[in-house]
Amino acid sequence: MDSILLRGGRVVDPSQNLDAIGDVLVEGDAIAHAGSPLGEVRRDGGLMVIDCAGRIVAPGFIDVHCHLREPGREDVETIATGAMAAAAGGFTAVCAMPNTDPVTDNQAAVGFIVRQAQRAGSARVYPIGAVSLGQRGDSLAEFGEMVGAGAVGVSDDGKPVASAQLMRSALEYARTFNIPVADHCEEPTLAKGGAMNEGVVSARLGLKGIPSEAEEIMAIRDILLARRTGGHVHLCHMSTRGSVELIRWGKDRGIRVTAEVCPHHLSLTEDAVEGYDTNAKMNPPLRTADDVEALREAVRDGTIDLVATDHAPHHYDEKERAFSDAPNGIVGLETALAVVVTHLVVPGIIAWPLLVDRMSTTPARVFGLQGGTLRRGTVADITIFDPAVAWTVDPDTFLSKGRNSPYRGKALTGRATCTIVGGRVVYGDGRREMGDGR
Amino acid sequence: MNSPVLGKDLLGLETLSAEQIRLILDTAGPLKEISERTIKKVPALRGMTIVNLFFEASTRTRISFEFAEKRLSADTVNVGAAGSSVSKGETLVDTARNLEAMRIDMVVIRHGASGAAKFLADRIESKVVNAGDGTHEHPTQGLLDLLTLRDRLGDLAGRRVCICGDVLHSRVARSNLWGLKKLGAEVAVCGPRSLLPNAIDEMGVKVFDRIEAAIEWAEALNILRLQLERMQGGYIPSLREYNRVFGVTRERLDRAPRDIIIMHPGPMNRGVEIDSDVADGPHSVILDQVTNGVAIRMAVLYLLAGGRPEGG
Repeated sequence: MDSILLRGGRVVDPSQNLDAIGDVLVEGDAIAHAGSPLGEVRRDGGLMVIDCAGRIVAPGFIDVHCHLREPGREDVETIATGAMAAAAGGFTAVCAMPNTDPVTDNQAAVGFIVRQAQRAGSARVYPIGAVSLGQRGDSLAEFGEMVGAGAVGVSDDGKPVASAQLMRSALEYARTFNIPVADHCEEPTLAKGGAMNEGVVSARLGLKGIPSEAEEIMAIRDILLARRTGGHVHLCHMSTRGSVELIRWGKDRGIRVTAEVCPHHLSLTEDAVEGYDTNAKMNPPLRTADDVEALREAVRDGTIDLVATDHAPHHYDEKERAFSDAPNGIVGLETALAVVVTHLVVPGIIAWPLLVDRMSTTPARVFGLQGGTLRRGTVADITIFDPAVAWTVDPDTFLSKGRNSPYRGKALTGRATCTIVGGRVVYGDGRREMGDGR
Repeated sequence: MNSPVLGKDLLGLETLSAEQIRLILDTAGPLKEISERTIKKVPALRGMTIVNLFFEASTRTRISFEFAEKRLSADTVNVGAAGSSVSKGETLVDTARNLEAMRIDMVVIRHGASGAAKFLADRIESKVVNAGDGTHEHPTQGLLDLLTLRDRLGDLAGRRVCICGDVLHSRVARSNLWGLKKLGAEVAVCGPRSLLPNAIDEMGVKVFDRIEAAIEWAEALNILRLQLERMQGGYIPSLREYNRVFGVTRERLDRAPRDIIIMHPGPMNRGVEIDSDVADGPHSVILDQVTNGVAIRMAVLYLLAGGRPEGG
């Protein structure tokens, strides 16, 4: 049995309140030890030793929200390239949203994603099935069969579940399978035709705005339906202060609501749209500095449970258009860690254990996934990252096929150096210097 | 060579300084005279090639640009969306690059998307003049409105101008707003709140909910066209009620404490936002705006081509 010894890193595992310099030992696909220094280790099989001095060793990051575009748009991303990009960003597992072509709304489609992910052999990919057939919002997809084939949740992401009745049914029906219903909160009539946050910038640029209330109205609708049904609603990519306050209201009452926020909503404002930069166009849109402040605080206090990327690759030509004609979305897998480090850890809003909690432990718990911990005997999904390295984002070096990043040329801190999935190194060698010019 | 006055392009008035705006207006003044001659032509742009790229229907603006170009002796080509490669799915940037490959000097672009002129300007070497981009800006319209007002009022500092109507969807409103503010005028808007930007209070203008109050305050009204599709969009209930509540009528003007200059960028909906006897009345400068439009566009083209500003 092959073993890996991660020697001398700062081992941060909030699931065990662990934060100390020490060693992690992987045997086969499981964790044999995490914590105190081990002294000399001898194994009869192969033993790989990775020097982790100056690095943080954490349970592998899990991104519960990304778009891998396969099947349908393999020209912009495939499950294989997406999984490699995930691993390069320190993610050991990602959840793939079902707005593929055809839509992932049945067990065969879910099984296809599982198989493609196995072939890719990189980060794990968990399918999320559609809430409604064809994501048309009319009738429920077969949750039970999709879960049987490997789906870990359901969502019509990309679109909201517009019908309150269908959302209610989905929350009720999902209880049988104990899966979350992840909703893209957007009141469709208010948001119609919108290209950016509604405010003074949209008024100046002459772009149709999407008001905060488009998100907040759906957020509170979903929270109230979760209260009525006892179902678990997961609110995708929250972007406003108002949403944070509504989630807090729901959690205070014991309603089963969880929520995510994207790195871009924690770091950028609507000002990034100035000059009509289509790489600052996403849905929900970049909001105001006040919203960013509220979201950062919500990550700290746990009102927002976790960070997810909403990784959304697009072809260069599709973004090379007038702003209102360009599609929504940016790539995020390979910058997420650094954006969170740069904008939350470096300014002192959260410490390392909380970062690991929001990117690993809690995502695993919310979606009922393995990993998220370094407990002895659990699966060896591990992220090793350099918490201090400064680097400049160059999307042309991304492993993702997508280049649509608003962080191009930006200086960020922190980067994954090695990613281990099921006891196998899928990215990095643990001691490459990963600064500029990788 | 970029214009020493304007730089490479004219994309909007928000990014121009008061000084640049004054130079354009000062240059347009004397150019007006050319259009009054029997032989309406000077050789200022002889040998230059200008493409008028109109992705949206336009009569007034396109013809005004064409006259301006021809009176300055430029060679011009008109390209519309219908019947061109655009209707075959060619992208905006490919269309422009293909035109540029034929060696042109300037593109005048009208496009339905806000930011389209800047998008183009960032990607081609030719000079770009924005002839209206979505609901963003229509700088030459803003400039001709400023020139028309200045002809009547002199220095615009402290003068009170109200923009009336559908400010939310109006590129003319935005260009007017920036231009007037830069020249020191006091600017107000008046219209139903459903047709004003939600953030209007943060844009440094006064807001009147009632047209009567606007008329009492203003020295000039710039009355925007009400797009007929705003009713289907649910912004207003009916044209009839719009005229009753927001229409600029003779009766309302008669109660004003002073004569008010009446402007309209056209095309007018008579009996909706403006009554006929107002449009045709003694204080209407609507046709002066059209005349000034040619002069302003001549000035912009001349300056962008590297011409020296009047008195500069």
